[in-house]
Amino acid sequence: MNAVTTSRKLHDCRDAFVSVLERLGEENTKVVAVCNDSVGSSKLGGFKTKYPERLVNVGIAEQNLVGVGAGLANGGLLPFVCGASPFLTGRALEQIKADIAYSNANVKLIGISSGMAYGELGPTHHSIEDFAWTRVLPNLPVVAPCDSIETAAAVEWAASYDGPVFLRLSRVGVPDLLPAGHTFELGKANLLRDGDAVTLIANGTLTHRMMTAAEILAERGIEARVLNMATVRPIDVEAVVAAARDTGAILTAEEHSTYGGLGSAIAEVVVAQAPVPMKILGVPGIFAPTGSAEFLLDEFGMSPAAVADAAVELIARKPVRA
Amino acid sequence: MQTNDLEGIARQIRHRDLQAVVEAGAGHIGGEMSAIDILTALYFRVLRVWPDQPRIPQRDRFVLSKGHVALALYVTLAKRGFIPEEEVSTFLKPHSRLNGHPNCNKVPGVETNTGPLGHGLPVAVGMAKAAKLTGADYHTYVMTGDGEMQEGSNWEAISAAAQFGLDNLTLIIDHNRFQQGASLKDTNNLAPFKPKLEAFGWDVTEINGNTMAEIVPALERRGGKPHCIVAHTNKGHGISFMQDTVDWHHKVPNQDQYKIALGELSEAN
Repeated sequence: MNAVTTSRKLHDCRDAFVSVLERLGEENTKVVAVCNDSVGSSKLGGFKTKYPERLVNVGIAEQNLVGVGAGLANGGLLPFVCGASPFLTGRALEQIKADIAYSNANVKLIGISSGMAYGELGPTHHSIEDFAWTRVLPNLPVVAPCDSIETAAAVEWAASYDGPVFLRLSRVGVPDLLPAGHTFELGKANLLRDGDAVTLIANGTLTHRMMTAAEILAERGIEARVLNMATVRPIDVEAVVAAARDTGAILTAEEHSTYGGLGSAIAEVVVAQAPVPMKILGVPGIFAPTGSAEFLLDEFGMSPAAVADAAVELIARKPVRA
Repeated sequence: MQTNDLEGIARQIRHRDLQAVVEAGAGHIGGEMSAIDILTALYFRVLRVWPDQPRIPQRDRFVLSKGHVALALYVTLAKRGFIPEEEVSTFLKPHSRLNGHPNCNKVPGVETNTGPLGHGLPVAVGMAKAAKLTGADYHTYVMTGDGEMQEGSNWEAISAAAQFGLDNLTLIIDHNRFQQGASLKDTNNLAPFKPKLEAFGWDVTEINGNTMAEIVPALERRGGKPHCIVAHTNKGHGISFMQDTVDWHHKVPNQDQYKIALGELSEAN
């Protein structure tokens, strides 16, 4: 608790993913990697070298990618289906719905380069709709780890979980926040810092920005609670209700549209169970302009300083207690 | 089981299917009638399946990609002992596990959920690829409609199957020449299928898909490539007034038509 960023060294979470995947591949011959020509961007080169026959590359064909994944699971294998998140989720959404979620196929969908990791490539390559598209599907946990430690833990968990999973990864470097040896628990937020003035909730590449924002707020004498909420579905209702009750205001930030993502999932709990002022930061329902992910996050008010300012404005909206 | 016996079972399945469509007031009777001979040959002769152990790993796989003819599959599964025969009368009823499209988590013998078209073949490619990777000797069959082949996902899968050398995969195209709204020819005419599949590296067999003597050897054929059976069938096969017309994709016979249809199916006995 009140952990400061344990390391400022930035890590590409894909490295943690493939490191665990390669180890799982050694321990369990049922582990297969499936990709849509994305051997490089999914960093599957090492897996391919070690287990060439277990790298199933369907070519540039995402609908087939996901369908083949479902069939491999039916045949008793443990497929990790990898692809750039905008194409994996957008192109193959109906396959994810029917073949994976509705069929309850034991397939791990790994959305690589999610959010605005491909910032400069433009909105076709941004994946800022994928929480919204996937979190409405029954049977499908949706998870966006915040650092390499949580990524490794989530991959480990996904392999042991009997059912479909959507794991949303980035390629944008993030510092490690969670302690070494961290165990991933589905649907459980991590309290990274405690405070009573406001709760900052994020996942993926935004969690470390929230931690820095909390440090800025602390310098101003405002103590913020920070929750890392990797699991977007099922949302951690208990942590959200406790945040509302204990701090009276909730600010969320995500590398996603403000429509339908983490903030929306939290708001669904807040309005029903614990109404308090809320602010949802993200891409405000537009196609984003050109720029790196870091630039765009700043552009849309998610620099740590801007988050801190938004938190101050939000706190001012809290009803005055009698 | 011999051809004569299979033909008898197919007639019984047609009979029950027709009855269930009228009882439920819905169904896709035209495509059910076209597919029933092949379903019968699969479940009563070709597939190595064990109704009391529907998930046993070594079972052959069958995927009904044209999931809208679920009723024909349910009647076949019931007759083969996967589900109770009397359960067919619950088709489409509230909370029945017999949806309008098959659900693998509810109905034993169903391998994957289908309904939206163009899904079954990619999943079947994954099943066949899994057998290659694990050394399992099961065979994977998948049935699509001819109109369904307009879905691009099928061609992604066809290409991958050849690339992966899936000689343990058989695709059956139920080529009844009609889709929901019009004939295949007047819509987006993919026929002839044979040269297209061959160009993708498949072996192709063309058969009369309502003739048991042609169906069985085609299903049992094994070669060095993925195998496509272009099954020339009649939509509404067995019921004269349903044949060669687009009208009977999902129409329900009225009482007079039902009597005529029952009579024709009984005559065939």
